[in-house]
Amino acid sequence: MPHKPPTEEEHEARKLVGINYETITNVHATDIPGHYPGEDHSWDINKFRDGFKVQIHQNDPYEASFSLIGCDPSIANAFRRIMIANIPTLAIDQVFIYNNKSVIQDEVLASRLGLIPFTGGREGLQDFMKWRAKDDEPKDYNTVGLELCVKCENNPDASPNETDPRKLYKHAHVYAKDIVVTLAGRQVEFFSGENAIRPVNPDILIAKLRPGQEIDIKMHMIKGVGSNHAKFSPVATASYRLMPVINITQPILGRDAEKFQKCFPEGVIGLERVTREEAQQVGSGYEGHEGELKAVVVDPRRDTVSRECLRHEEFKDKVKLSRRRDHFIYLVESTGQIESEQIFLESVQHLKAKAKKFEIQLKNMVR
Amino acid sequence: MVVIDDGFEALLEPFYNGKKLTDPIKTKEDKYQLLPAFLKVKGLVKQHIDSYNYFVQEDIKKIVQSNRMIRSDQDPNFWLEITDIRVGQPSRDDDPETLSTTTKHVTPMECRLRDLNYAAPVYIDIAYSRERQRVVRKNLKLCRMPIMLKSAKCYLSGANNAQMEAMNECPLDPGGYFIVGGTEKVILIQEQLSKNRVIVEKDDKGVIASVTSSTHERKSKTYVALRKDRIVLQHNILVEPIPIVIVLKAFGGMSDLDIMELMAGGDIAYQDDLLMSFDDATKAGVYTQQQALEYIGLRVKMGGARRGRPGAVRRNPTDDGLDALTNLIVAHITIQGSDFYPKAVYIAMMVRRVLMAYHDEKLVDDRDFVGNKRLELAGQLLSLLFEDLFKGFVSQVKSQFEYVFKKPNRTAPYDPTGTIGVSGRLITQGLGRAIQSGNWTVKRFGMARAGVTHVLSRLSYIAALGMMTRISSQFEKTRKVSGPRALQPSQWGMLCPSDTPEGEACGLVKNLALMTHITTEAGTEEVERWIPNLVSDVVRIQGQTGTELHKEGTYIIHVNGTPYALTRKPEAFAREFKNKRRTGFINPFIGIHINQHFSAIHIATDEGRICRPYIIVTNGQSMLKADHLKLLQLKKVAFDDFLKNGVIEYLDVNEENDALIAIREDDIKYDTTHMEIEPFTILGAVAGLIPFPHHNQSPRNTYQCAMGKQAIGAIAYNQFNRIDTLLYTSLYPQRPMVITKTIQLIHYDRLPAGQNATVVVMSYSGYDIEDALVLNKASLDRGFGACQVFRKYAVEMQKYPSGRKDRLVGPQLGDDGKPIAKHRCLDADGLAIVGAKINQGETMIMKEVPLDQSVHIDNTSPRPQGYRPQPVNYRIADPAIIDKVMISDTERNTQIIKIQTRQTRRPELGDKFSSRHGQKGVVGTIVNQEDMPFSDKGLVPDIIMNPHGFPSRMTVGKLFECLTGKASIVSGRRELGFGDAFRSHPVEEMGKVLIDAGFSWDGKDYFTSGITGEPHEAYLFNGPIFYQRLKHMVQDKMHSRSRGPRAVLTRQPTEGRSRDGGLRLGEMERDCLIAYGASQLLLERLMISSDATQVDICERCGQLGYKGYCQTCKSTQAVTKMTMPYAAKLLVQELISMNVGVRMQLEDKFPHPDRKMEMPIRKKGVGAT
Repeated sequence: MPHKPPTEEEHEARKLVGINYETITNVHATDIPGHYPGEDHSWDINKFRDGFKVQIHQNDPYEASFSLIGCDPSIANAFRRIMIANIPTLAIDQVFIYNNKSVIQDEVLASRLGLIPFTGGREGLQDFMKWRAKDDEPKDYNTVGLELCVKCENNPDASPNETDPRKLYKHAHVYAKDIVVTLAGRQVEFFSGENAIRPVNPDILIAKLRPGQEIDIKMHMIKGVGSNHAKFSPVATASYRLMPVINITQPILGRDAEKFQKCFPEGVIGLERVTREEAQQVGSGYEGHEGELKAVVVDPRRDTVSRECLRHEEFKDKVKLSRRRDHFIYLVESTGQIESEQIFLESVQHLKAKAKKFEIQLKNMVR
Repeated sequence: MVVIDDGFEALLEPFYNGKKLTDPIKTKEDKYQLLPAFLKVKGLVKQHIDSYNYFVQEDIKKIVQSNRMIRSDQDPNFWLEITDIRVGQPSRDDDPETLSTTTKHVTPMECRLRDLNYAAPVYIDIAYSRERQRVVRKNLKLCRMPIMLKSAKCYLSGANNAQMEAMNECPLDPGGYFIVGGTEKVILIQEQLSKNRVIVEKDDKGVIASVTSSTHERKSKTYVALRKDRIVLQHNILVEPIPIVIVLKAFGGMSDLDIMELMAGGDIAYQDDLLMSFDDATKAGVYTQQQALEYIGLRVKMGGARRGRPGAVRRNPTDDGLDALTNLIVAHITIQGSDFYPKAVYIAMMVRRVLMAYHDEKLVDDRDFVGNKRLELAGQLLSLLFEDLFKGFVSQVKSQFEYVFKKPNRTAPYDPTGTIGVSGRLITQGLGRAIQSGNWTVKRFGMARAGVTHVLSRLSYIAALGMMTRISSQFEKTRKVSGPRALQPSQWGMLCPSDTPEGEACGLVKNLALMTHITTEAGTEEVERWIPNLVSDVVRIQGQTGTELHKEGTYIIHVNGTPYALTRKPEAFAREFKNKRRTGFINPFIGIHINQHFSAIHIATDEGRICRPYIIVTNGQSMLKADHLKLLQLKKVAFDDFLKNGVIEYLDVNEENDALIAIREDDIKYDTTHMEIEPFTILGAVAGLIPFPHHNQSPRNTYQCAMGKQAIGAIAYNQFNRIDTLLYTSLYPQRPMVITKTIQLIHYDRLPAGQNATVVVMSYSGYDIEDALVLNKASLDRGFGACQVFRKYAVEMQKYPSGRKDRLVGPQLGDDGKPIAKHRCLDADGLAIVGAKINQGETMIMKEVPLDQSVHIDNTSPRPQGYRPQPVNYRIADPAIIDKVMISDTERNTQIIKIQTRQTRRPELGDKFSSRHGQKGVVGTIVNQEDMPFSDKGLVPDIIMNPHGFPSRMTVGKLFECLTGKASIVSGRRELGFGDAFRSHPVEEMGKVLIDAGFSWDGKDYFTSGITGEPHEAYLFNGPIFYQRLKHMVQDKMHSRSRGPRAVLTRQPTEGRSRDGGLRLGEMERDCLIAYGASQLLLERLMISSDATQVDICERCGQLGYKGYCQTCKSTQAVTKMTMPYAAKLLVQELISMNVGVRMQLEDKFPHPDRKMEMPIRKKGVGAT
C-alpha cells in the first residue's frame, strides 16, 4: 500500500492523549522514526526549534508555572526529575550536640534541623559554596557553620494567671529564627546584609522547652542533592501536567450549557449567546436556537481534568476530552533557597552537562 | 462537684463539632452525647475499679465481720474480736530510718521505677479480753493491700490533669491495674457460668439439672438428674445418687401427696413420670423422715465434711444426713431454724425443671447464653483470696495464743498485737505473690487457677486499653467444641463481635463492648422489702403447697434464682418493679425478667451480670427529650440523674429478652420499650478504631483488632518518664484523618498509633506482590514511619551475708591511659554515659561481685578478698544510644540501676505496616520520589499499594476511608472525616466535595509515571489512609549463620537468633531430600554441617574404641576410624550407661577390589550385654 501522508486531522489526533471515562488512551508518543511507514520522524534541530515554545504563566520566587510546548515527555520528565533530585542546595547535615536537655532526642532534633530550608545570597550559595566530600575538612567554601543556643527560663514579667507557656517562660518555643549563622573566611563577603543565610520561614518550630531546659548545638550546613536526602531537594514539588483539550463536538445549549459549565472549574467554560449567523447555518446544530446560551471553551488550561462532564448522560458524544501530548504545564514550588524559575534553568544546565558527559562517553565507546 | 478534666469535657462542650449553644438539639442525632456522659461515670475500665472499690470498701468488712471472733480452746475466758478493718492509702514500705523524705505517700510512677508494690496498709481495730476486761486497740497494721490504680484508695482517683502531671501520670491512662514489683499487672475478667442458678441440660443418658452453690463457706455442685425414668439427686458428698423422693422425705413435714404436688403440681403427665421415683423410695423401705435421713446419712462420704479433723467422732447416720442436707446440698439456701421447706421447694423446682425439659426439649438451658454467665472481676477474685488468707491469719493467730496459753505459768498477760503484725505478713505476701504470679489458689474452694494476672501490655495505648476490657473464659482451649467459641446472639451490645484473637483462643477470649457495665453485688434486702408491696396479691412462698405454687397463672418470684414469693399478676408486678427502679427507689442494676415458660419472675441482684444502658421508650415515645441533652450540655445533670428520671435504664442480658429495642428513633413502634443510645456501641474500644467497619468483611475487622494492638504510636503522655522493658514510640504520630466517635471517646485521637499516608492504589515495580508496599524514600527522609525502640537493662546491687556488697567500678584503662574499647561508653562511676552510642559487646554497667559472699562462721580461715566482674553488656547487633540512667533503692534497701537504651529507626525493606482494615503488608521496595507517579497537582504518594489486595479481602471500608479522608482534606472540613459504624454514609456528598475541589468524584485521578514521564493508562485511586507501623521489624528478626556456636551436649548448632543459631533442616525437608534421592546433600546437611565427629570403632567387637585401641579386645588391630553424627555417638554411649549394649557392624560400601572382604567376627546387632 502506498503511503498516504497524514491529513491535518490525523496530525492533530496524534498530538492528543485521549481522556476517556475510565481509561487514558494513546499515552505514547508516535513521532519516532519508523513508527509510521513512509514518514520521516527523524529528529531535526530545526524542526524542533520551529515547534518549540515556552510560555510563562506565573513567576514568583516560591512558585512558578510555565509551559514547554513541543518537546518529548522524556525531556520534560528529565527536567522534572533533575529538579527534584539533582539540583544541589545547602542544608544542615551535621549536628554537634553540646547540650540537649529538651524532650526531643538528639537524633530527632538533628533530623528536624536538617529539614529546615535556608536561603541566602544566591551568588554565595550557588557559586562560592562547593561540594564537600566525606573526608574533607570543613572550609569556608564548603561548610556554613550554624549555632543554636537557647535556654528556657521563667519570665519574671509574666502575669501570675498566665497559662500560655510562651508568655510564662522565655524561649519556651525554639524557632528556626533562633538559629545563628557563624560566618567564616570569605563567607562574610557573600553572606552579609540582605544576602545573609537565614531560614526561609523563621517561624518553623524546632522544639519546646521548659525552664531549666536548654539546647546548645553547632551545625554544619553543606551542599547536597535530593537523591541523597529529601532535605537537599530545592523543590517542595516539581511536576507537570499536559495541556487539557476540551472539544465540544455537538452544541451544548441552555440549561445543559450551565450544567456543563459547572462540571469544570471556574473560567474553563464560558457561556455565549448563539448568534444569528450560527443559527442560520444549516448542519451546525444551532438551528432555531438563536439567543440561547451555548457552552464554549474559554480557558482549558484551568481545567483540572476531573472528567465530571463524562459522567452525565446529556453530554454523551457532545464532548471529547483529551490532553496535548507535547504541551507540558510545569508547576515548580521552591522550598525557598533557589527561586523557582532559577531551579528550572539549573535543571536545563544540568541536563546539558549530563548530555555532554554522555557524549564523551559515547565517543569513547565507539572509538 | 469536683471537676475532673478527664478528657470528656471537650466532648460535652456545647460548641463541640461546630455546634453552638443556641443550635437546636435533635434527639435523633445528638443522643450520642449520652455516651461521653456515660463513659464519664462508668468508663471503660470502671468495672474493674467499681469491683475493686466494692471489695475494699464493703466486702472486706463483710469478710472480717463473719470471721470476727477468735476464741481460745485453752482459756475459755480469752477472746479476741476484730471490730473493724480499713484500707488506707498507698504508702512507702521502706525502712523509716533510711527514708529521706518525711512523706510516706507514694505515687504509682515511683513504684514502677523503683520496682515497688503500689500497696496501702490495712488497719484493723481489735478488742480482746485481758483479765476479764475488754481491751480495745485501734489502727493496728494488719497487712499491705495492693491498690488498683484510679480506685477509691488510689491517689489518682479524682485527680485533675495538673495533679496527674505532678505525679508523672498520664491523664488518659485507664487505670484498673496493679503495680507489683514495678510491673503493671492486670487481673483479667474471668467468665463463668452463673452461680446459684439452675441450669438444665440434656445428655445421652437423660436430663440433668445442676446448680453450683457458692457461699462464703463453701462451693459445691448439686445435680438433679433423670436417669432411666428415675429422678435422683447427686452431690460430690454422696457416694451414690439418691432417689429424689427420699431427699424430699428427709426434709420432713410432707406427705407423699405434698411431695408429689410440690414437684409436679396438678399436671398428670409429670405425676406419671414421678411414679418410678416414688417406687424407689418404697423399695428402699423409706417411709419416714427418720428413715430418709438415715438412708442419706449412710451414703455421705466418710469424713467428707469433716476431713482433716481427726478429733471429730463420726456421728450416727441420721445426724450425718441432717448435716449434709443442711449445709452441703444446695448450700446457698440457708436454713433458718429447722425450716427445711425453702430447700424442699428449691429441689422440687429443680425436679420440675427436669421434667419440663424432658417433655419439651426447647426448655433445656443454653450454657452459652450470656445471661447464664457471670463475669468475675478483680474485686471478686481478690475477695476470695483475701478471705482465704484472712482465715489463715485467724488460725495462725489462734494457734499462736493457744501456744502461749499452753504454758503453765505466764508472767505477763497476753498481748496479741505482736502476733497480728507477724501473721499479717502472710496476707501481704499471699496477695502480692498471687498478683505477681497469677496463680490463684483458694484451698477452701479447691480453686487453683493459673494465669489470672497478666503483665499490662504497653505496646500501644490501644493494647493497654484492650487488655483492660478483655474477658478470658474458663473453658479449655484444647477442646474442639464450637459452641462456646461461636458468636452468641445474646452477646449483642455486651461483648464485641469483632475483637477476639485468631487461633486456639478464638472466641474464648472476648472483649467488652463500649457501653457494657458489670454489676456489683446489690444485696437482696431492698428487693425483699419491696416485693410484698408492689401488687396486692403477693404472698411469701412459705407455707404454700405445691398446688398453689403450680396453679395455672401463678408466677413464682425468684430472687437470685431462689423461689421467694407468688403472684398472679406478673406483668403488673414487673411494671411496678421497673417503675420503682426508674424512680430511684430500687438500685438501677437490679434486673427483673419474666420467664413465661416456667411461669417465673426472676429478680437478680448478684454481681457479675453484664448489663448496658438503654433509652426508655413508653407509648411509642422516647423518654429522652431535647431538654435533657441541653441540660447535659450545660452540665446541669449527669448520666446518673437520667437513671432516676426514668430516661435511661440498665438492662441485663436476661431482661433484654423482655424488651423490644429500637435501634434508631425511626424504628420506634407502639410496643417498643427501649431504644439504643448509639448502635456503634455494640463494638468494643479496639474495634471502634476501624472506620466504616460495617463495610468490611467481618474477619478483616477481627484482624485489625489484633493488629491495632501491635501498632507503634504514642503509649501515654508520660511515655518518656517510664522505663519499660521494651517500649516502642512513634516520632510523629498523627490523628487519623477519618475517625470515629469511639476514637474520640477513648482518646485515640490524642494518643494515636499511625500516620495518614497518601496512598495510590496501583501496581508498581513488581516488588509489591503478596501485599508488599512501595514506600517513597522522600517521605521516609521527612520522618514517615520513623519510630523509636527503648530497652531496659536493670541491675540490682546485691548485699551478701558476708556483709559485702556488689560494687560499680570505672572503665578499665588501656596502655594509652584511655578506657579499653569495650568500656568506651563508661563513665568514671561505672555506668554508661547518657547520650553515648553503644555498640555490640560494649559494657553499660560495670558491676563487680565480691568473691566472699557467705556468712563468716569463724574468723580463722582467710576470706577471699577481691571482686569478680559481672558487667551488663549491650548484646544487640545494631547500636543504640543510652537514653536514661536511673539509680534508686528498692524496699529491701538495695541499690537498683536501670539503663534505658534508645534506637531511632526509619522504615526499611521488610518492615511491617498495616491499614486499619486488617490489610497488613511488608515494605517491598523503597523508591525515590522522582520515580513515583505524580498527579496533576504534583501530588506524590507516600505508599503505593497493590490493587490485588482488594478483591478477595473485600475491605470496602478502606476505600471509604480513603475517599472520605480525601474529601475531608481537600475541603478542610474535619466534620466530614467520620467513619462511624452503622451510620449511613453520604458517599454522594463526598463525591461532590471532591468535584468542587477539582478532583474526580470517584477518587480516581490522572497520574503521570515518574519514570517515563508519560501518563498512566488508567486513573488511579488515591487519598489518605491511616497506616500503622507494626512492631515487627526486620532489624529485630534478620539472621543468618555460616559458622557459629554449637550446643555443648550434642555439638549440634544452637537454635534461635539470640544464640546465633542455625536454621534447621526439619523432618519434612529431610523427607523431600530422601524422596529426591539427594543423598550427598542429606549427608552434608544432617552430619557434615552439623555434628560430624570422628570415632574409633573396633570392627571385631563393634564397640567404640579410643585412640585407635579397643578396650574390649585389648587390641589396635581391627580399630578403624569413621565419621558419624555426634548425637548418634552420644546415643550409643547413653544406652551403654543404661546397660544396653550397642554393637556397630561396619562394612565397606564400595569394597576395595584387591582386598578380600573380611567378615566381622561376631554378627550381632543391638543386644543386652
